[in-house]
Amino acid sequence: MANSFGNKLKPETLAEIEKIIPRYPQKRSALMPVLQAIQDDQRVISNDAIEWVVEKLDLQPINVLEVVSFFPNYRQKPIGKCWVRVCRTLSCALHGAYKVVDILEKELGCKMGTTSEDGSITLEYAECLAACGTGPGALIDEDLFENLKPDDLGPVIAEIKKRAAGGVPTPTKG
Amino acid sequence: MAAKETRILLKHADDPNYSTSIDSYLAVGGYKMLEQAVTMKPELIRAEVKAAGLRGRGGAGFPCGVKWDLVDRKSGKPIYLICNCDESEPGTFKDRQLVHKDPHQLIEGIMISAYANNVALAFIYIREEMPKGARILRQAIEEARAKGYVGENICGSGYSCDIIVHRGAGAYICGEETGLIESLEGKRAYPRIKPPYFPAVLGLYNCPTIVNNVETLCNVVHICRMGSVEYAKIGRPNNTGTRIWCVSGHVQRPGYYEVAGITMGELLYDLCGGPLPGRKFKAIVPGGGSMKILRYDERFKGKNPDGSEYEYGVDDIPLDFDGVAAAGSMSGSAGMMVMDDSVDIMEALANLVGFYSHESCGQCTPCREGSLWAKKITWRMCRGDAREQDLDTLVSMAGNIGGRTVCPMGFSTTWPVQSYVGKFREEIEAKVRENKVGMRGDIRLIEK
Ligand SMILES: Cc1cc2nc3c(=O)[nH]c(=O)nc-3n(C[C@H](O)[C@H](O)[C@H](O)COP(=O)(O)O)c2cc1C
Ligand code: FES
Repeated sequence: MANSFGNKLKPETLAEIEKIIPRYPQKRSALMPVLQAIQDDQRVISNDAIEWVVEKLDLQPINVLEVVSFFPNYRQKPIGKCWVRVCRTLSCALHGAYKVVDILEKELGCKMGTTSEDGSITLEYAECLAACGTGPGALIDEDLFENLKPDDLGPVIAEIKKRAAGGVPTPTKG
Repeated sequence: MAAKETRILLKHADDPNYSTSIDSYLAVGGYKMLEQAVTMKPELIRAEVKAAGLRGRGGAGFPCGVKWDLVDRKSGKPIYLICNCDESEPGTFKDRQLVHKDPHQLIEGIMISAYANNVALAFIYIREEMPKGARILRQAIEEARAKGYVGENICGSGYSCDIIVHRGAGAYICGEETGLIESLEGKRAYPRIKPPYFPAVLGLYNCPTIVNNVETLCNVVHICRMGSVEYAKIGRPNNTGTRIWCVSGHVQRPGYYEVAGITMGELLYDLCGGPLPGRKFKAIVPGGGSMKILRYDERFKGKNPDGSEYEYGVDDIPLDFDGVAAAGSMSGSAGMMVMDDSVDIMEALANLVGFYSHESCGQCTPCREGSLWAKKITWRMCRGDAREQDLDTLVSMAGNIGGRTVCPMGFSTTWPVQSYVGKFREEIEAKVRENKVGMRGDIRLIEK
């Protein structure tokens, strides 16, 4: 019996999901893009969503749950309005990534690895973002910010606060 | 004379008048090679790629033409091609440039390779953290489709092949080809055991599958354009073509440099401007975080053709697969991380061990437990909480990970631990003896 989760999704998301599935030689292969589309729409992958995907792709619950729980960037807790991921890996660390993190934590009032209480900011570490030559780097929603200098973070902090105060950011197109 | 770049793949990438649109690419002669390729016999293209000596740019340096020869063409099953754009090895950011700045070059490379191997469907597996890259690629594919370079009846040849852009979700192990395939099948990215799961025979959906790196596939276009003979003249024998080296860390001009036939010293000084003012180079990780570290003052022994020996240093290392291998490390993904004398080598090790323990997929006990164990030990060493036996435990334990797991990722803990401790033992022992937090202190490389 189809659950009603699908009604929560935007029509564009549903249309996208319908388009994605038949492109793959096997339905199960569409699991990741379907999860991505749902997360972009809802900013979370809920239990209802998982059950809905199970039916959509003719899978067992464990097939979906094992994938959701394996990949770090599928989230079962809602992501804040502004999602900040600061690279902590060596090249960025050599240029002061950890100092950047200290300042961001303080200025944003958000502890590393958490979402602020009002749900506006998620601040996390990321592992190497493939932007090591211009580190420290951070992925803020869809945008890569590079050369984050500990003594010149004003503009980035202002940008994060703006996004956190605004509406839900334009989602990634799955 | 100062060394220069040899820009072939990146020829247009940073031209302000060049864009990711198909018109830009067509204006510089783009898709001409695909038009020509589809009139040729596929095996002729494969022979050219093999004769060019192109080696895989993803990490292992396996000859591309040999890989294509291993594809099972008698099974009657469809053949798949996967372009590996998971680019996650610490220090590596070359595929990012190729995808974001010249997507059509990659698409042409994929389509020629697909045609050459009778591929029915191709995939680009791109890491989640490159959302813009995924969008650029999708748009480029649609542009190419509209002009008949992707999809049905390519260039009127009757050959058809589509490309699907598939996004990852933040797991480094999806860069490993069989983990990638599992992920593409909608499962956890647990690597498969070889044998029997060689992708060329039992890959995606247990069909023959080719997995190649972004840079490798871009090179195919230029092999077609130049011909294998001309192409093979670039670089040294067995190390043909250019490589895009990514330099990060303590140099004056970090960045990506497409070069051929130069030395490590030429890259570090001529192109990257040498160390920061008042600093000295201390250590270099040549080919991505997994690879063994080089001490900058290390000396190596080479053999002359007459059998006599000569000595050389880090600056003299020929910057290619064989050159770096002869110095006891690997050029890997060409992600070079440079550290100067301000760096506490123990913290650098702890940082990378932290990466590999976070990224272990958890399938094999030695890698899952060993990398975490290594992280705990190295982190407490950096936090002034070391135990007397820690260093020995660390080294002996790390030696039992690589080679005892399904995929080669175990070595990503083994090699750094063995080489950092092996080459900087005095510094590390002194740190353990003093057992204080942040001895060098000015840059912190792990969490407090
Ligand atoms: C742990 C691990 C991670 C890897 N990550 C990548 C990667 O991010 N990109 C890549 O192209 N190859 C990566 N590789 C190598 C691939 O398994 C594969 O050899 C490569 O994509 C083949 O392409 P090539 O022959 O063109 O180099 C990785 C290998 C291992 C063991
Ligand atoms: S180390 Fe930060 S982007 Fe690679």
